[in-house]
This record gives sequence, C-alpha cells and structure tokens, in this order.
Amino acid sequence: MRIKIDTSGLKATNWHQLLLRFGFGGLVTAAAGLIAKIYGPAVGGLFLAFPAIFPATATLIEKHEREKKQKAGLQGTVRARKAVAIDAAGASMGAIGLLAFALVVRKLIVSHRPSLVIVAATAAWALVSHLLWMIRKRL
Amino acid sequence: MTDILIRFLIGGVVVSIFAVIGDLFKPKSFAGLFGAAPSVALATILLTVRKEGADYAATEAHSMVAGAVAFFVYSSVVSWFTMQREAKALPVSAGFLSIWAIVSFGLWFIFIK
Repeated sequence: MRIKIDTSGLKATNWHQLLLRFGFGGLVTAAAGLIAKIYGPAVGGLFLAFPAIFPATATLIEKHEREKKQKAGLQGTVRARKAVAIDAAGASMGAIGLLAFALVVRKLIVSHRPSLVIVAATAAWALVSHLLWMIRKRL
Repeated sequence: MTDILIRFLIGGVVVSIFAVIGDLFKPKSFAGLFGAAPSVALATILLTVRKEGADYAATEAHSMVAGAVAFFVYSSVVSWFTMQREAKALPVSAGFLSIWAIVSFGLWFIFIK
C-alpha cells in the first residue's frame, strides 16, 4: 500500500481533541523537566521516550473508526479495535526510530552544535522508522 | 516556574504538530509511526542544553535509550492485545503504561544506575 495524505482524518478531529493532545504533550514535557530537576537527568531522560499521547490517540482512532462504520450501518467495534492494533504496530516501529534518535543525541550532543544534532537525530528517527515500515510491508 | 511553563507550551505545540501530521497520513500503520515521534525530546533537548549544558543532555539521552526500548515493548503489547482480545482502547493503552514504567525503570536499574 502506498503512503497517502488524507485530510479526512483531520476533519474528524475537533478542537477539544486537539486541546487534549496539547495538554497531555505539555504535561509530559513539563513533568520530564521537573523529574530531571528532582531526581537527576538519568531518571528524567527516561520520560523523553514516554508514550505521551498514545492513549489519547488510540481512543480517538477507535472513536473515528467506529463512527465511520456506524454511518454505514455497521457496528464497527472489531474494525475500530483492529485500527488501534495497526496504529500501535506502527508506533512500535517508530519506537525503534526513537531509539536511533536517542543514540544520535547521546553520541553527538557534547561535540557538535546542538541544533544540528537535533536535525540529525530527527532524520535518524524518520529514516529508521520509515525503513522498518517498508521492510514490514514487504514481509 | 517560568521554565516549566515554557516546557509545557513548547511540549504541547510539538506533540500536537506530530499528532496532526499522524492524522494526515494513510495507511494507519504508517500514521502510527508518528505516535512514537521524538516530540517530548525535541521540545526539551535544546532548552536543556542551554540551561544545564550538553553533558546533562547526553545523560538524558542515555536514559532515553531505555525509555525507547520500553516504548517498543509497550506498543507491541498494546498492538498484540487489542488484536487478540475484545477490549476498549483507553483502558488497554492507559493500563499498559505500567509495562512502559516497569521496562524503562528495569533497564535503568540494570544498565544505567
């Protein structure tokens, strides 16, 4: 299956849902900083890879998929569940990309310009995640 | 206090941007990649380097490796469980955050502490 941009997912998202994700994201980011301040960077660093908005996103996917099927006169429960499972499988590959991100930052942040390191680490995340996704699709 | 507020705002914005990008893509498995985007790290690392120095950020990134492995285990378990069992997304995805905590702190305790 080819990668497509589809704005229907955006149209189904309302301001309340966006605000919810903003709130969760902000809270986790602030908490990561606070934890690092209290318990040190070795503990705080764990939270840089905390699944910040995963439960909120999974809930939204379930709701959208169920509503889509219900509009077509079906119950949509199984379809909604499978959509959540597929999204989570995608997140697993993204998590390996996240590992690559962390390794690049750890290796380069002390010796190189931080902004360049962030760009390189983000590129590593995108590359590794995308590559794994393509490999999995071909299996 | 100002630092925490700045982190909250930047974190909220970055996480929301990745969430919206994820909403744009199809198929679902590809969109799912953005659920594990480095949003929290992107929002904080530059602030951390400026305030605490690069060594501090490197220490955080070292621990982030354990957090990322835990994220992989967590999302794999959520994927497997929701595929196998009839369960609602919120209790499963929120309940299994305990797996993230156990794996990340376990790895931290064994390899990092």
